[in-house]
Amino acid sequence: MAQMNLLEAIRQGMDEEMEHDPRVFITGEDVGPRGGVFRVTQGLFEKYGPTRIIDSPLAELSIVGVGIGAALADLRPICEIQFADFIHPAMNQIMNEAARMYYRSGGTWTVPMVIRAPYGGGVGGGLYHSQSVEAFFAHTPGLKVIIPSTPYDAKGLIKSAIRDPNPVLFFETKKGYRLIKGDVPEGEYTVPIGEARVAREGSDLTVYSYGMMAHYAMQAAERVSQTDGIEAEVVDLRTLLPLDTKTVLESFKKTGKALIVHEDNLTMGFGAEIAAILASDGFEYMDAPIQRLCAPDIPGVPFSHPMQDYFMLNPTKIADAIRDLAAY
Amino acid sequence: MAKNTTDKVRNGRATPTSRPSDSLTKDTLLEMYWKMLLSRRVDERAWMIHRQGKIVFHISAIGQEAIQVAAAYTIHLGVDYIVPYYRDLALVLCAGVTPEDFMISLYGKEGELSSLARQMPSHFGAKPFNIVSTSAPVATQVVHAAGMAFAIKYRIQNELQDPNDRTQPRLAVTSLGEGSTSQGEWHEAMNWAGVHQLPFICIVQNNHYAISVPVDKQMAVPNVADRAAAYGVEGIIVDGNDVLACYDVMHYAVQKAYRGDGPTLIEAKTYRMTPHSSDDDDRTYRERSEVDAWRDKDPLLRLANHLKAQGLLTDAVIEGYDKRARKIVDEAQRAAEERPYPPGESAIAPVYAEAN
Amino acid sequence: MATKVIMPQLGESVVEGTVNTWLKKIGDRVDEYEALLEVSTDKVDSEIPAPASGTLLEIYVEAGTTVGTGTVLCLIGEPGEKSSEVPDHHENGKHHPPAKIEPSEEKRGTRLSPVVARMVAEHQLDVHKISGTGRDGRVTKKDVESYLESQTKDEELPPWERPGSGDLFKPTDTEEEAPARAIPVESIPKGVPGELIQLNAMRRAIADHMVQSKLHTAPHVTTVFEADLTNVLKHLEANKPQAARQGINLTLTAYFVAAIVEACRTQPIINSQWMEDGIYLHHHIHVGMAVALDNGLIVPVIKNAERLNLIGLAAQVNDLAQRARNKQLTADEVKGGTITLTNHGVSGSLFATPIINQPQSAIVGVGLMEKRVKVINDAIAIRPCCYISLTFDHRVADGATGDSFMMKMKTTLENWPER
Repeated sequence: MAQMNLLEAIRQGMDEEMEHDPRVFITGEDVGPRGGVFRVTQGLFEKYGPTRIIDSPLAELSIVGVGIGAALADLRPICEIQFADFIHPAMNQIMNEAARMYYRSGGTWTVPMVIRAPYGGGVGGGLYHSQSVEAFFAHTPGLKVIIPSTPYDAKGLIKSAIRDPNPVLFFETKKGYRLIKGDVPEGEYTVPIGEARVAREGSDLTVYSYGMMAHYAMQAAERVSQTDGIEAEVVDLRTLLPLDTKTVLESFKKTGKALIVHEDNLTMGFGAEIAAILASDGFEYMDAPIQRLCAPDIPGVPFSHPMQDYFMLNPTKIADAIRDLAAY
Repeated sequence: MAKNTTDKVRNGRATPTSRPSDSLTKDTLLEMYWKMLLSRRVDERAWMIHRQGKIVFHISAIGQEAIQVAAAYTIHLGVDYIVPYYRDLALVLCAGVTPEDFMISLYGKEGELSSLARQMPSHFGAKPFNIVSTSAPVATQVVHAAGMAFAIKYRIQNELQDPNDRTQPRLAVTSLGEGSTSQGEWHEAMNWAGVHQLPFICIVQNNHYAISVPVDKQMAVPNVADRAAAYGVEGIIVDGNDVLACYDVMHYAVQKAYRGDGPTLIEAKTYRMTPHSSDDDDRTYRERSEVDAWRDKDPLLRLANHLKAQGLLTDAVIEGYDKRARKIVDEAQRAAEERPYPPGESAIAPVYAEAN
Repeated sequence: MATKVIMPQLGESVVEGTVNTWLKKIGDRVDEYEALLEVSTDKVDSEIPAPASGTLLEIYVEAGTTVGTGTVLCLIGEPGEKSSEVPDHHENGKHHPPAKIEPSEEKRGTRLSPVVARMVAEHQLDVHKISGTGRDGRVTKKDVESYLESQTKDEELPPWERPGSGDLFKPTDTEEEAPARAIPVESIPKGVPGELIQLNAMRRAIADHMVQSKLHTAPHVTTVFEADLTNVLKHLEANKPQAARQGINLTLTAYFVAAIVEACRTQPIINSQWMEDGIYLHHHIHVGMAVALDNGLIVPVIKNAERLNLIGLAAQVNDLAQRARNKQLTADEVKGGTITLTNHGVSGSLFATPIINQPQSAIVGVGLMEKRVKVINDAIAIRPCCYISLTFDHRVADGATGDSFMMKMKTTLENWPER
C-alpha cells in the first residue's frame, strides 16, 4: 500500500478516471502546464495534452457555466476553482443552474460535473484565500457536497464524484494538501457519496467534523484519551450533502453528547444542521447540551498571524472542548 | 483566426448576388409561414385566457417569430443543441414542442413537457428534441451553449465524434434579448466561444426593450453586434422581421459552424409588439404611435405580402390556415383544461439523478 | 422552624445507612457542625455534624437501625416547636423512599437531560437514588447505566419473570438454589455458653461482598512468588530521614504499590474488569490498600498511582491509612480501585489467598518479611524476604499472565536502586 498525501490521492483519483473515461476533462485557471497553483493537476497536461487539460480564462462563472454545458452534452467536466473564495462569481451558475437543472427539467437533463476547490485557513491566506464556503452549497438541494479528510477517502470520493450523474462540490483542505498523509491502496476502489465514517470509536461523547477539522479532531481525541481517559467517538462526515443522518444519529444514541467542530464560522454553519437533527431526532438520547466549536462570526480569516491563530481551531482547542463536554 | 465582418454583412445580405433563401421551395416557404402563424395564434390565445383569468402568466413572442423560424429551418432539428430563452415559442414549436404541450405548461398541468409543471410557462426545455432546460435569470443559458459547443469540439478533437456524422450535434444555438447582453454571463460565454472558436451561434433578438428599459440605457454602442469583434467572434446584424433575410444569415452561420470555422453572433433587429409579460403595462414607457409603426413591419404580414406577391399564397389559403390554427389551438386548450393537475406530493422528486 | 436531620448519602451508589450511636440525647443543646451521631454504611463510617444549632427535639431512628438515605433521623429546633412539621419519614425500617428535600439534591438541581429522563421513566427509577458524576453532581447517562448495572438482574426482569415469595409458588427445586445460599446457619442449642455479636453494617457488607466475589463472580486463582527485599530496605533506610523531613513516613507499602504499578504496565490486563461484553481495560491504575480497623477492614484507594513517584505514593499511603483509622475517609476515597494490595504480613501471615475486591480482577498479597537463608552464587546468605501473591480472576487472565505480572513485581523490588 502506498503512502501519499491528500493532494496526490486526489490527483491519482482524477488520473484513473481520465484513463477510464475519455469524456472526463479538467478545466480551470492554471491547470495546464503549470499543474495548478497547488500542483494538484501536475503531470496531467503532459499525459493527456491540451485537449483534455484545459487552461480556462480567468473567469470562474464561465469555468462552471461552460462545465455545465459540457455536462449537459454528456461530457464529465472537472472544474477547478483556484480558491474556494473565488467561487462566488460562479454562484448563480452553481445554485440556479447546476443544482436545479435536473429538477426543473423533470428529471431529463443531468449535470454530471465536479467542481473542485481548495478551502480553509491557517496558511496565511487572509480574507480571500482562506474561506470555508460549504454551508452555502449544503443548503442547496440538487448539489452534493464532499469534504474528505484522508487520502484514502479523497481518492475514493473524487472517483465517486466524477462518476456521479449530479453536480458535486468537492472541497479540499489546502492546509492538509501536503500535511495529511495516509495509506492509499493500489488499484480500483471508490468511497460512496453520502456515507459518514466513524473514524474513532468512543463512548463518552461524539465529535462531528469534516475536512481539516476531522483530522484535528482525531488528534484531539487521542490526546484526551491518553491524558484524561476520555474516549471520544469521532464521526468524519465526509459528505455534507446528502448527509448520512443514520450514522450521525447512531453515534449520538451511543454517547448522548455531541461536539460539532468546523472551521467555517458558527452562525448558520453546517453544525447548526447537525445540531438540529440531533435535537429533533435524538432528543431522547441527549445527555448534554449540543456543543458547537466553530470559527468566530467575522468576515474572514485575518492575515496577521496572531489573529489567524485566534480564528483557527486546532487540536488543543478541540481537546479543551472535549474535556469540557465530557465533564458535563 | 478571429474574424470581424460586421460591416460587410449588414442588412441581411450575406452575399448580395446569391441568397440561400432563393432556393427554398414553395412548400418550405408555406410551411415557414404556417409555423409563424401557428405560433402567433397560440400566443394570442395565451393572452386571451390570461385576461379570462384561466392562467396566471404569459410571456410573449409576438413580433419575433421570423428569426426563430429562420433558425429552426437552418439547423438540424432534434440533433443540434438548442439553448433557448423565454420568448422562443416559435422556435420550440418548430423543434417538436406542440401547441398542446405549451397550453399544458400555461395551465401547469400534469406531465408538462419541459419541467413536469415545476417551472413557469415559457421556461422551455425538451430533452427529446435537444432543447436545453432554461431558467429565469437572463443570459445564464448562453454559457451553457458555449459549454455544449465546447463539448462538440472536444468530442471531435478527442476522436469521440466524426465531424461529418450528421446524427451527432454539430452546433449549439442560443438566443437572448439585447438587455441580457449586459450580463457578465453573456460576456464570459462569448469569450469562451471566441477563445476556442466554437461551433456556437448566439442570436440576440434585439426587440428594443428590456421590460421598460430601452437599448440606449443598456449599452453605449448602437448595435450589440459591434461588440462581437472584441471576442474574436463574427458579428452580423439582420432585419429580424424579414424571415428570408434571417434565413440567409442563419444559413451562413450554421454552415460555418458545421465546417468548424467558429462562432457567430447574429443580432436580429426586431420589436416586442406586446408588453413584456401579462403583468406588464407598456403604456407607462412607450408611445402607442411607436407600437403602431412597428405593426406595419409585422414579420407575419411581411412574409404573407411577399408570398402573395410571388403568387405563392392567397387570402383564401391564409383563411384556411387560420381556421386550421384555430382548431388546433382550441383542441390544445381543451386538452390542457381537461388534464388533471399534478398531485402536490409530486413536488418532492426527482431532485437527484440516479447513477446508471 | 425546626430543622430535619436526614440520613445522608455517604457515597455513590450508597442507598442506606445504619445509625451506630447517638452522640446527643433529646433535650441536649447542639451547635451547628457539632457531631450529632455516628453513621455507618457498607462503604464508610462517619460522624454526622448537626446542620443547625438548637435543641435536639426528637430522635426518630434508634441506634442500630438501618434506614434509607434521606430518611429523617432527628429534629433540631427550639424547645416547644411542634414535631408535627416532620414529614412521615420517621418510621423506622429499611428502604424508605428518600426525602423530597435533600441538601445535596438542591445543590445539584433536579434538571435531567432528555436521555436521563427517558431512562429513568423506562426503568421506573428514583433518580434521587442515583449519584451524579456530572458537573455540579448532575446525573449523567453513564450514571444511570452504572446504576442499572449495579441493580441485580432480578430487578431488571418484569415482575412476572421473578419468582413469588409466598409459600404457594415458592420454587421447590431447592438444589438449584443451594449455591446462592450462604453458609448454612445452624441454630445453636440453648445453654451453649456464648454471646451473639450483632452484625454492624460493615461486617455485613464485608460478608456479602466476600460471598459474592468468591462464590458467585470470579474463579479465583493464586500464584506465589518470593521477593528479596535487600535493595528495598537499603533504599528505605537511606531515604527515610529525608522523607521524614517532608513529614512523610516512608514505609514498605509504598514500594509494593510502586511495584504493582510497574507490573500493571507489563501486564495491563490484570488492571481490568470483567464485563458481560468484554474485559474493560483501565487506563489508570487506582490501587486499593486494605487497612485493618478494630472491627473490620476498609480499603481506601490511591488514585492514579501511575502518576506518583515513590514519595508521592508514600504520602498517599500515610494519609489514607491515618484517616481510615480515624474514620475520616470520604465515600469516594474508598471507591474506584482497579487493583488491591493487602499486606497480611503485618499480622504474621507468610502467604495467603485473599479474595478479590469486586469488580476488580486482582489482589496482591504481601506476607511477613523475615530474614531467610538463601543460596546465592552457591554460598549461603541471609536475606530479608517475603512472599508476594497474586490472586486474580481466571476469566480475565491465564496463569502465565499472572506469573509474568508477579515476576515484574519481584524484579522491580529486587532491583530497586539502593539509594
